[in-house]
Amino acid sequence: PGRLRRWAAPGAEPARALRCHARARAVLRHYRHLPSFRAIEDESHAIMADLAQRLRARLRDDTLDPKELTECVEMLLQLEEPPEELCEEFLSHAGARLEAELAALEAELPPADPSSTAATPPPASDILDFVDRGSSAFVGNLCLLAASYRSLFEGRPGAGDGRLEAFAATLTTRYFELLERRLALERGLGDTSLLVRALDRFHRRLRALLELLPAAGAEAGAALVARAARERVDRYLRALQTFFLGCLGDVRQALAAPRPPGKEGPGLPDLLATLASSVLGQLKAVLAYVQLFTAKDVAFASLPYFKGEFCAEAVREGLVVAFVRWLCRTARGFADGPAERGAPAAPPALLLLLARLCLDYEATTVSYILTLTDEQFPPQDTGPAVTPGPALCAEARGAAQRLLDHYVQVQGAAVAQMLRKSVETRDWLGTVEPRNVRAVMKRVVEDITAIDVQVGQLFEEGVRRAQSSDSSRRAFSVYSSSRAPGRYAPSYTPSAPMDTHLLSNIQKLFSERIDIFSPVEFNKVSVLTGIIKISLKTLLECVRLRTLGRFGLQQVQVDGHYLQLYLWRFAADERVVQGLLDEVAASAAHRCLDPVPMEHSVVELICERG
Amino acid sequence: ARALTPQTAETDAIRFLVGTQSLRYDNQIHIIDFDDENNIINKNVLLHQVGEIWHISTSPADKGVLATCYNKTSDSKVMTCAAVWRMPKELESGSHESPDDSSSNTQTLELLCHLDNTAHGNMACVMWEPMGDGKKIISLADNNILLWDLQESSAKAVLSSSAALEGKGQLKFTSGRWSPHHNCTQIATANDTTVRGWDTRSMRQIYCIENAHGQLVRDLDFNPNKQYYLASCGDDCKVKFWDTRNVTEPVKTLEEHSHWVWNVRYNHSHDQLILTGSSDSRVILSNMVSISSEPFGHMVDDDELSDQEEQHQEEKIKEPLQDSVIATYEEHEDSVYAVEWSSADPWLFASLSYDGRLVINRVPRALKYHILL
Repeated sequence: PGRLRRWAAPGAEPARALRCHARARAVLRHYRHLPSFRAIEDESHAIMADLAQRLRARLRDDTLDPKELTECVEMLLQLEEPPEELCEEFLSHAGARLEAELAALEAELPPADPSSTAATPPPASDILDFVDRGSSAFVGNLCLLAASYRSLFEGRPGAGDGRLEAFAATLTTRYFELLERRLALERGLGDTSLLVRALDRFHRRLRALLELLPAAGAEAGAALVARAARERVDRYLRALQTFFLGCLGDVRQALAAPRPPGKEGPGLPDLLATLASSVLGQLKAVLAYVQLFTAKDVAFASLPYFKGEFCAEAVREGLVVAFVRWLCRTARGFADGPAERGAPAAPPALLLLLARLCLDYEATTVSYILTLTDEQFPPQDTGPAVTPGPALCAEARGAAQRLLDHYVQVQGAAVAQMLRKSVETRDWLGTVEPRNVRAVMKRVVEDITAIDVQVGQLFEEGVRRAQSSDSSRRAFSVYSSSRAPGRYAPSYTPSAPMDTHLLSNIQKLFSERIDIFSPVEFNKVSVLTGIIKISLKTLLECVRLRTLGRFGLQQVQVDGHYLQLYLWRFAADERVVQGLLDEVAASAAHRCLDPVPMEHSVVELICERG
Repeated sequence: ARALTPQTAETDAIRFLVGTQSLRYDNQIHIIDFDDENNIINKNVLLHQVGEIWHISTSPADKGVLATCYNKTSDSKVMTCAAVWRMPKELESGSHESPDDSSSNTQTLELLCHLDNTAHGNMACVMWEPMGDGKKIISLADNNILLWDLQESSAKAVLSSSAALEGKGQLKFTSGRWSPHHNCTQIATANDTTVRGWDTRSMRQIYCIENAHGQLVRDLDFNPNKQYYLASCGDDCKVKFWDTRNVTEPVKTLEEHSHWVWNVRYNHSHDQLILTGSSDSRVILSNMVSISSEPFGHMVDDDELSDQEEQHQEEKIKEPLQDSVIATYEEHEDSVYAVEWSSADPWLFASLSYDGRLVINRVPRALKYHILL
């Protein structure tokens, strides 16, 4: 007892006391019936109880580290304290420590207040640090705890694994939660490699823990990593979209910038090249970043999610395909947008540029990107279905077609508006004998030449019907050769207006009908033909609404000849231009009170002079 | 030729009136009779020597009365005037003579009265009060709306009220339409790209659809079965349908034509059939079921479901039919300037093109039975 007391005193070595006591106990029990032994036994009991108390008190002390804790508990177990209680104490004590660690981690996060929309300050440490701390401190301790628990309470009644697992599960859920919150704070794209390393470390440590406690949330952990990866990919997509819009803004600015006189503005091909290459470059960079997630040395890359679904769904579909689709939709939006409502419409050059971009995408870029993606992220055979390349190409082509059609419409409307105003505001009855071509016609020719140059920068020439040798010298006759109403006998039937057109109708049967808004092909002459058709048709309709005097008709004659001289070379088929101008002349003659056409030589003279 | 109208008061025989447009020859009005059973067209001609006809419309009450807007040239000025005429009695109710001796049958119209517009400008069109007694007409002249009362059996026209459109620049009405709803007190007009609705009792603007079309608005029509619905067509090649209670957004847009749409017409009884004529020489018949008064087809039930646009999931649901183009008629060689439904047979329509060709067509039989049954 004396020695016992000495050893059992606070600060001494209770371990030796225990051993001594343990040894002595057997003997003491045997000789209990002897009063002297009993006294010794009682005393030693008292000492041991005291020791137990002290140990218990020590248990509750928070400053115990796990090793000491384990020792304590071990000793208490040897003292035959009830295991459940000890179990509880052990767990709660250890739990308190772990909670403290978690709290320290949480302290780094700003309060999770969903209603606060103010910008939270960036976290003090980066994600790698956070995960490090979390992993080493928390997960490490949890591992130790689990191990020691097992070793301590193995086989003892009332202290089964279940309790441990429940305990561990709650803690790990909290840990995951904190980690997610921290991940959510990752603003912008930061450094993906850092994120990957952090996730990797997390995963490795978790794996160690999971070996001990399989039920402590294996799926939750993997899901967390997967979610983080997906989130990052989505962010990349959004960044790509913003980047593209930024590039578009630059292009628009370049197009609209006032140029100092004498200096040529940026050519359209250059703008297109820069736009295409920067977008492609950005896309490749993003893919390289994302590939970090599936690198060989990353632990979680071997998870089935990353091998299959990530590659196919997240990267290919979610990033690449989604981006291409979005690009086509945005480009299309310029054509379909509510430009008529007075909103600032896209400048025609932009439409042209986007049309060419989409066409290039359809031809080459889409397949290139898809092959690249497939190389870097090999798809599984049993994975979910992916969008085939041709489908994307079709979308791109559709967008290009729509943009080009819209371009033709816009430009055609602009020229047509000029022509319309010129016809509507002029006094056709009282005009004087024409001496020169009207200024508006010259402007029309200039504008169409400018459009020709603009389109020629981006699209190739296209096929044009071979011109007949006298195309530029073709007489612009007011009456086409097969009509001469003067030949009709005066005694025609009263329904005269119908008959004068009989011959021209027959003539029309043999010439092709001109389709005004036929879909435009991707070459220059087709585009220009479309624009010219729209403008001339408008001229026709406007002329039909007016009543002309003799000189009005002659003016129309002069203008028409001038247009024909200069516009035939832009159209795919000069007969189209010829036909439309013939109709203009015929309608003008029909609307004239006193149709006396000018001499053809005089017309030519005026046009040459003008 | 540009002017076409069905004989509105005539509900038995199928007749159309066409006005010619010629600067050199005497202008005429042709009365076209279409004999349904034998597919024969009969024609009678009336002289209209005062000038070329830009617009023609018939009285809903009296079969023999019509109004025209015509051009009067004098020296170097052209004025568009409007007048009310009466047809000779025997031609009112159609004649079925053989077409051979039409050459000697030209008769004259009897001038009833002029609509004096010296103060107002060029007349764009004349509208009769629908379902009225033929006593009220409205004419649009430049930027004025003029409401006339015809008195003494239409021998005199007295201006009863007018409204003017104020604004910058030279505002000019292009076309107008009298709404058959609200007791015939509303009209809609188009000027440039704006559509306005007016109340004829107070001559005030009720609603205004700005920027209805990118370019000029050419024509309007009201849905005969649905009160607030209006269709407009314009030079941006589109046809738009509007709910006048919400004028910011069209209910539907059709973009089937490839050039200016000159005319849009609802069928008088089945308002899902829309006819449009355009200067791309085509006439398109469309089926706009979703915004018609019978989006689910004809329901033969006790509780009649009236216009429903939402998908009420009740027991007797039929699949709503899809809007579609029923047919494109390409018989014309030149721009089509007028299309009209016949007032006698709701399945027949006529279209008129610049070269004077009048084509009479029918709604395809399959669709007709589908709508009826």
